[in-house]
Amino acid sequence: MGPLIVNEIISENANMLFAFLIGIGFGYILEANGFSSSRRLAGMFYGYDTTVLKVFFTAAVVGALGLLFLSLFGQIDLNFIYINPTYLYSAIGGGVIMGAGFILGGYCPGTSFCAASIGKIDAMAFIGGIFIGILVFTEGFPLWEEFYNAKFLGAPVLNEVIGTSRGVLTLGIILVALAMFWVGEWAEKKFARDDYTINQK
Amino acid sequence: MKVKKYMNPYLGGALLGIVLVIAFWVSGRGLGASGAAKSAIVAGVKTIAPSHVENTAYYKDYVASHPKPLKSWLVFEMLGVVVGGFLSGAISGRLKFQVEKSPKITNKTRITFAVLGGILFGFGSQLGRGCTSGSALTGMAVLSVGGFITMASIFATAFALAYFARKLWI
Repeated sequence: MGPLIVNEIISENANMLFAFLIGIGFGYILEANGFSSSRRLAGMFYGYDTTVLKVFFTAAVVGALGLLFLSLFGQIDLNFIYINPTYLYSAIGGGVIMGAGFILGGYCPGTSFCAASIGKIDAMAFIGGIFIGILVFTEGFPLWEEFYNAKFLGAPVLNEVIGTSRGVLTLGIILVALAMFWVGEWAEKKFARDDYTINQK
Repeated sequence: MKVKKYMNPYLGGALLGIVLVIAFWVSGRGLGASGAAKSAIVAGVKTIAPSHVENTAYYKDYVASHPKPLKSWLVFEMLGVVVGGFLSGAISGRLKFQVEKSPKITNKTRITFAVLGGILFGFGSQLGRGCTSGSALTGMAVLSVGGFITMASIFATAFALAYFARKLWI
């Protein structure tokens, strides 16, 4: 029966309402996990706080498993799920620029809005920067249009590229995630700081 | 009010994954963030300089496929993010106007780098067709090759530059 919108079980306007409700859940969980704190997010890259890694990979694993199970029980048709297309050069180039923005600014777009909602002034400055950056992109589009559209590979999924099933790849991702969690826990002990406390349950 | 502890990260990740699955089940798409900012930019340009939108191929294409840029899934989702973040902050005693930074730098330095980081992230998210939420997290959950590549590029670059940016954080 899912996705509800594709199968016309809900209207376009109801879909917007659900978007708002899903956003509330997203924002609440980000904030409750401290993604509203730039020092906590940046801690990932110095090892003193690896929450980003733990939350991000647990979410990706649960997301991938959830889709797998919903599909298995006939609750969702994966053919109607949006798969991000792959343009090789811009996927790498965009990622590199975003990585630089992450370590300098301390947020990504979603977390900056979440942090601004609880009063972080540095997050509001970051959001101002996001708008400038997007405007530069849209205004100067002809300059990078060629790079943006280069090496279009369609919308490949990783399991098909490496020739295995969705389930086997998901199992592989779970194992990689578990290894990374172990590294994260180790790093938080090794790189702990006197001027920073991980205040979590 | 006493500041409450953050959630356990594995519980938080599992809950975030469930929200992601709900988004797929209801709307056939995952979470995102930067797309909402782009909708706002296009809507703004359209209001301030309508003739510029008509004369610029990029805006013209965007408006043709999104006649009402602000009536988009991601815009409503991001409004929800602000409400949800505020609710969690209010419940946990974390609502406070402040600049967060390493004790070693001034507020001015922090704000300057926050703007610079935002500019890079804003630009990069357009080039990469999505940010950490839409491209990396959601892309990985649907096992998109592009999602894995973008995720690896973001984290590898941030790790590679971490040494040079260390004064900002530690």
